[in-house]
Amino acid sequence: MKKTLLLLAATAALAAGGAAAQDKIRVGELNSYKNFPAFLEPYRKGWQLALDELNAAGGLLGKQVEIVSRDDNGTTGDAVRVAEELVTREKVAFLVGTFPSNIGLAVADFAKQKKVLFIAAEPLTDKIVWDQGNRYTFRLRPSTYMQTAMLVPDAAKMPAKRWAIVYPNYEYGQSATAAFKKLLKAQRPDVEFVAEQAPPLGRIEAGAVVEALEQAKPDAIFSSLFGPDLQKFVREGNTRGLFKNRGVLNLLAGEPEYLDPLKDETPAGWLVTGYPWEQINTPEHSAFRDAYQKKWNDYPRLGSIVGYATVQSFAAAVKKAGTIDNEKLVAAMKGLELATPIGKITYRALDHQSTMGAYVGKLALKDGKGVMVDWSFADGAKFLPPDAEVMALRPKE
Amino acid sequence: MLTNFIIQFLNGLSSASALFLVSAGLSIIFGVSRIVNFAHGSFFMLGSYLAYTLVEALPRGPLGFWGGVLVAGIAVALLGVVVEVLLLRRIYRAPELFQLLATFGLVLLIKDFTLWAWGPEDLLGPRAPGLKGAVTIAGRAFPEYDLALIAIGPAVLALLWLLLNKTRWGTLVRAATQDREMVGALGVNQARLFTGVFALGSFLAGLGGAIQIPREPANLFLDITVISDAFVVVVVGGLGSIPGAFLAALLISLLKALCIGIGDQVVFGASVAFSKLTLVVEFLVMAVVLVIRPYGLLGTAQATARAPSAEPVLDPPGRRLAYAGFVALALLALAPVVSDPYILVLLVEILCFALFAVALHALMGPAGMVSFGHAAYFGLGAYGAALLFKRAGLPMEAALLLAPLVAGAGGLLFGWFVVRLSGVYLAMLTLAFAQIAWSIVFQWDGFTGGSNGMIGIWPAAWLAPKPVYYLATLLLVGVGVWLVWRAIFSPFGYALRAGRDSPLRADAIGIDLRRLQWLAFAGSGALAGLAGALYVFSKGGVSPDAMSIPRSVDGLMMVLLGGVQTVTGGAVGAAVLTLLQDELVRRVAFWRAVMGAIIILLVVAFPEGLVGFLGRRFARTERT
Repeated sequence: MKKTLLLLAATAALAAGGAAAQDKIRVGELNSYKNFPAFLEPYRKGWQLALDELNAAGGLLGKQVEIVSRDDNGTTGDAVRVAEELVTREKVAFLVGTFPSNIGLAVADFAKQKKVLFIAAEPLTDKIVWDQGNRYTFRLRPSTYMQTAMLVPDAAKMPAKRWAIVYPNYEYGQSATAAFKKLLKAQRPDVEFVAEQAPPLGRIEAGAVVEALEQAKPDAIFSSLFGPDLQKFVREGNTRGLFKNRGVLNLLAGEPEYLDPLKDETPAGWLVTGYPWEQINTPEHSAFRDAYQKKWNDYPRLGSIVGYATVQSFAAAVKKAGTIDNEKLVAAMKGLELATPIGKITYRALDHQSTMGAYVGKLALKDGKGVMVDWSFADGAKFLPPDAEVMALRPKE
Repeated sequence: MLTNFIIQFLNGLSSASALFLVSAGLSIIFGVSRIVNFAHGSFFMLGSYLAYTLVEALPRGPLGFWGGVLVAGIAVALLGVVVEVLLLRRIYRAPELFQLLATFGLVLLIKDFTLWAWGPEDLLGPRAPGLKGAVTIAGRAFPEYDLALIAIGPAVLALLWLLLNKTRWGTLVRAATQDREMVGALGVNQARLFTGVFALGSFLAGLGGAIQIPREPANLFLDITVISDAFVVVVVGGLGSIPGAFLAALLISLLKALCIGIGDQVVFGASVAFSKLTLVVEFLVMAVVLVIRPYGLLGTAQATARAPSAEPVLDPPGRRLAYAGFVALALLALAPVVSDPYILVLLVEILCFALFAVALHALMGPAGMVSFGHAAYFGLGAYGAALLFKRAGLPMEAALLLAPLVAGAGGLLFGWFVVRLSGVYLAMLTLAFAQIAWSIVFQWDGFTGGSNGMIGIWPAAWLAPKPVYYLATLLLVGVGVWLVWRAIFSPFGYALRAGRDSPLRADAIGIDLRRLQWLAFAGSGALAGLAGALYVFSKGGVSPDAMSIPRSVDGLMMVLLGGVQTVTGGAVGAAVLTLLQDELVRRVAFWRAVMGAIIILLVVAFPEGLVGFLGRRFARTERT
C-alpha cells in the first residue's frame, strides 16, 4: 500500500514537472565539452551563471528559461544528430553553442535547412558569417580575421621586415596566417615572409620547428598556436633563445585558458590577444567577476565570458522580438545591441557578426605567473573589412 | 645549411628516444601475448600526469625529479598488472582480436578518469634540475635535456637487450614470442610470464610519458596521438622486435625533423610546404615499408600456429532465422508510424553504421582480413557523394548511387597492396592508407573544403522528408546487407573462408586466393562507401572526421561487440553502440567512462560477442 502511494505521489510529481516544463522556454545548446574541456568547462559555468541570473530576474516573456545542453562528441555527424534531437524531440526554441569551425559550419547549415536561429558562440572561422554565412546564423566571438587585425597595427609599427609564421595546420591557423599576411603587406609593402611552419594541431615537433624558424633569421614571428602546441613551442623557444631580441605576436595567448599553464615559462614582451580578467575593473565586469567567483569559487576564463554573453545575446533577442518565433528572432538579432561584461556589442545586420572585442596587450611574468600588461581593449567593430568587401563575400539570401 | 642539418638531426634523435620507449613496451606486449593494446597510449598519458603530480609534490632537486619519474613508471606498471590479471587474463581464449575491444573500453575509461582526477587544464611540468639550460652546438643553443634524452633511448635499448638476452626470464619471453604453445608445453607458467611482460610494457609506457613532462605538457590528447605513433613504429620496425622499434623510431623522427628543416621549397616549379607533410609522414613511411617489406624492417614471418586455427563453421540462416529477419525488416519499415521523429533520425544513423559494420565484418570474419582503416571507404563514399553533388553538379540521386563506385575504386587501389600482407601487418597497412586518404582530404582546401569539410549536401526534395529518407535508407542498406550475406554463402564466400582457414590447402585446390581477397576488399569498400553516402545526405555535410581513426575504431568496436564469427553481429553491434552513446551522452556527464566500463563488462560477459552468445544459446535450446 505504502509503495502504491509512493508511486502515485512520484507519478503526480513527474506529471507536475512535465506540466511545468511546458511553461518554460527551452533553449538548445551543444558543444564539444569532452574534446575541448579546458575552454568549455569555464564556458559552461559562464552560461549557467547567466541563466541563473536571467531566471532570478523573472526569465523571458514571463516564463522561466531552461537550457538543454548536449555534448556533440567533437564530430560534425554527431553534432547534426544532436541538433536534430534538440529541435525535434526536446522542442527547443533555437540553438546556441559549438566550438570547432567545422562543427559550427555544419550546425549553421542545419539551422538554415530547418529555419532555426543559431547563435554560434565560439567558432572563429570567418566563413561562418562570410563565404558560408546564412540568414539564420549569428556569431558572437570576434573572428580569426578580427583578432588578427587587432594585432596588425602594432606589427606594422615594428621595424621588423623579415617575418616568420607558425600556425596549427587547420582552418583557424590557415585563416589567421592568410589574414595576417594580407593586412600587414597592405600597411607595410616592404615586409617579406621568410619562413612558414604548419605543424599538425596538437602534434608540433617543437624543437625542430624552433630550429627551422631560427634558421630563417626572422626579425619577428607571428604565431597562432595555442594549447599544448603553444606550451611546447614556448619552452623550446625559451631554451634555444629563439625569442631573444625578436618581436613575437601570438593570437589568443593572453587568454587564461592558454596563458595560465605557461606559468614561469611565460615569454615576456609577446604581443597577444587575451583576457586580463583580474585587471578589468569596469563596473559591469567587476559585477560579473564577483558573481562568478561567488558561484563557482574559481576565476573566470575567456570561455566564461563567451558562455555568459551567449545567454545575454539570446535573452536580449527574445526580449526585443517579444516572441520565440524564429523568423522574428532573426529579424531581432539583426542590429541587436546589448551590454556584456566586456562592453557593448552589436550583431551587425550586414553579416550577423557581433562586434565583441578583445584585449590586446603584452605578456609579462609576475610572481611566477603569466599576466597581460599595457593592455587596451580593441573594439571588434573597428577591425572588420569595409562593408562592400563583406557584401561581396556573403552569399545572397 | 649544414648547421641546420646537424641540429635537426639531433632534434630527430631526441624525439626518437621518447618514441622508442613507448613503442618498445607495445612491441614486447604484442610479441608475447598477441594483444594489440590500444590502451598503451593511455598508459603513457597516465605516466605523464602522475609524474607531473609527483615531481610537483616531491622536494625540488634531481632526486625529486628522477624519483618522481621512476615512481610514475612503476605506478603505471602496477596498473598494467591489475588490468592484465583482472581483465585480459579472462579473455585470452576469446577469438583473435577480441582483446582489442577490451582495450578500447580502457581508453575511454582512462580518458574520463584523467579529466576527472586532474581537471581540463594542460599541465606543463618543471624543467629537469641540472638540465634546465642549453649547450652551444654548432653555434646554436641546444637543450641539455634533449641531450639526456638522446642518451636515454639507446641506454634503455641496451638494458632491454640485456634483460631479454642475458636473463632466464628474457629467454622465456623470447621463446614465447616465437612459439608460446611450445613454451607452455615445456611447463612454463604462462600466466605469470604474461603478467610480467604486461607490467614491463606498461612500465615503459609510463616512463615514456613521465620523462616527457619537461618537453610536453600532460594533456588529454596524449593517449590518441601517442598510440597511433607507437603503432606505426612497432609495425615499421617489425612486431616484437625491439631493435626494429628503435630503428623505426629513428627513421620516423629524423624524417619529421628533416621535413620541418627543409620548410618550403620549390619542386618542379611548384612550391611545396614540406612542414605540412608532418601531418602524415609516419603513415607514408609505414605504407612504403610494408609494401616493400611485408613484416617490417626487422620483423620475421609469424610462426604458423600449430593448432588448426579453423574458425567455427557458419551455416546459412535456417528458415526460422530468415522469418525472424523478415519480421524485423517489416517492423523497421513501420517505424515512421512511431510519433517521435527523432527515432527516425537515430534509425537512419544506425542503419548507415550497420551497413558499414556489416561490410567490415565480411572482411574480418569470412575473409579473415582485419581492416583498421575502414573509415577510408566510408569517407570516400561520403566525400565521393558530396563532391559529385557539389562540384560535378550531379543530381543527388546519381551522386548517392555513384559514390560507392568511388569507394570501391579506392578499395581496388589500396586493396591491391593490402592483400599481399596478412595479420596485423595487413591491418596496419589499411590504417596507413586510411590516414593518407584522410590527410589528402584534410589538406586539399580548394577541392574538399579542407578541415572544414563541405556543407549544403542535402537530399533531393522528394527524399527530404524524414520518413521517405528513412525508407530509402532502409531499402539500400537492406540490399547492401543482403548482398553481403548472399556473398558469404556463395562459392565466393566459401572460397574466402577456405583461404582464411588454410591458405595452403586453398592454394592446392586451385583457388586464386589473392584475387578473391582483392575483390572482397573492393566490394567491402564499395558497401562502406554506400553507408558513407547515405550518411552524408542525412547530415547535410561531411568533414574529415568521417574518415578519421576514431571512425575506423567505431567500426571495429561494432563488429567485435556483435561478434566476428556471426553473420548478423555487425548490425547488432552498430545498433547497440549507437543507442548506448545516444542515451549516455544525454544522461551522464562522464559518459565516456560509463561507456568504457559497459564495453569492458560486455567483453568479459560475452567473449564471443553479443550475437555469438545469443546464437549459441539459441542453438542449444533448439537442440534440446
